[in-house]
Amino acid sequence: MELCFFLTLDSFITDPLTHEFMRKALLMSSLVAAVCGFLSSYLTLKGWALMGDAVSHSVMPGVVVAYALGLPFSLGAFIFGVGSVALIGFIKQKSRVKEDTVIGLVFTGFFALGIVLVSKIKSNIDLHSILFGSPLGISLSDVKQTIFICLLVVILLSIFRKDLMLYCFDPRHAKTVGINVFFLHYLLLTCLSLAAVVGLQSVGIILVVAMLITPGATAYLLTDKFDNMTVISVLSAIISSLIGIYVSFWFDLETGGSIVLAQTFIFLFAFLFAPRYGIFKLKKLFAGYK
Amino acid sequence: METINYQNFRIEAENICVDYNGKVALYDANLRLKPGQICGLVGMNGAGKTTFFNALTGFVNISKGKIRINGESVRSAQKDQTIAYVPQNEGIDSQFPISVWDVVMMGRYGSMNIFRCPRESDVQAVKDAIERVDLTDHISTPIGNLSGGQRKRTFLARAIAQRASILLLDEPFAGVDIRTEKLISELFIQFKNEGKTILLSTHDMIHVREFCDLVLLINKTVVAYGETSEVFTPENITTTFGGISPDFLFGPES
Repeated sequence: MELCFFLTLDSFITDPLTHEFMRKALLMSSLVAAVCGFLSSYLTLKGWALMGDAVSHSVMPGVVVAYALGLPFSLGAFIFGVGSVALIGFIKQKSRVKEDTVIGLVFTGFFALGIVLVSKIKSNIDLHSILFGSPLGISLSDVKQTIFICLLVVILLSIFRKDLMLYCFDPRHAKTVGINVFFLHYLLLTCLSLAAVVGLQSVGIILVVAMLITPGATAYLLTDKFDNMTVISVLSAIISSLIGIYVSFWFDLETGGSIVLAQTFIFLFAFLFAPRYGIFKLKKLFAGYK
Repeated sequence: METINYQNFRIEAENICVDYNGKVALYDANLRLKPGQICGLVGMNGAGKTTFFNALTGFVNISKGKIRINGESVRSAQKDQTIAYVPQNEGIDSQFPISVWDVVMMGRYGSMNIFRCPRESDVQAVKDAIERVDLTDHISTPIGNLSGGQRKRTFLARAIAQRASILLLDEPFAGVDIRTEKLISELFIQFKNEGKTILLSTHDMIHVREFCDLVLLINKTVVAYGETSEVFTPENITTTFGGISPDFLFGPES
């Protein structure tokens, strides 16, 4: 019985690996998840969840236009991602409308523009794969682009790791000691746009925000150290994308949704059982038995 | 002639104005502070105290006027780590996953290389600073687990580690325990002897009389400025607080 279980578990893991597209999907999704997870700890601490949602939706028309013009889609996405944030800032400053309202109306406007453009520009753009991701059907040029963007984001975040932490924690102090806060603000936004672009291949535009906030939120419940938070966030993101892809393979489920659902379950687990901040506080339970 | 004057002052603010999208927060404000002076910044909520701090640190731009820090621009003061800002406890995210050591180390960031790798001297400065505020036992405690007073001392240590010659403190005595209050007042005397210049905002009038050589009363602009004994009068305080008498504010004893 036990042997049988291990045999099936073994084939559960190795069978999909015999397919080229599955190996590629597992690798690319893990890479993307790791990058989004890295960024995630900054976004959750900065309180930029809504901003992440806005940017990831706003890249839609950029992707469509870039496809239509034959440009790298990351370029279009990047311009519209940063553009949406600039527009949000402009409208907020020049009107009396509250920030969350401005964010909501700008990103839905951009998103709608994207959908309209897709319907107008008759091309080979697959709306479904933009909205819900297609990690299993990723092309070679997309692979190269994704790897390049991921490396870029990881390098930027690694170099400015501590400055970004300070920026999230106490921007006033950063400014006072001569650190360029303006630069850090736009660096974080740039990384956010780039991560949204690569993330949408895995899980699609609608769910990419989950990749950008859920791992960070999970890690936040599990540690009081910033470095550990980053590591946990990256690991939980990778593990969820692996689980998601396997589950979607075996049970024939939507891949993007499965990845995000796996992240949500890991978060719920942390929410319930995190040693210090979970509802049931495992640490206390164990301490009670000693 | 003017340049000689600048040498004597740590802070020189001349007719500064700050507005946020056309809404005036502070206008025609002046302040001159020398090394070793402690000045209290007193005013109602929304009177422009935090705006004044922000202008001095360069966190907001002034729309008019001139600020000189040690005779130089705010920009070069930032580069030289001249000013340290100690925030109000409410002004920071106490749940941020960061330890006392990490916060105090942030005081050294401005003088480190781009990767912010601590050198031997940085480590020593942080250790010394933490010792001076008596938090050596809590060196790796997350700030979320500290009391209000301990958290206040952590940020004071950051300012000490920064080796700034000007300290701006936002409500340093708000919500702290007696031990912290005593430690802060001892540190003030040490800072004064070291020639540091301190500008602190406070709601507590007793602290103004106790520590401050000078007092700056503001209500969008300067109501009164000068030696505490001369300027800190019931009439001036009443004007500053929009007609409310000091008896009502701090009891008949004041």
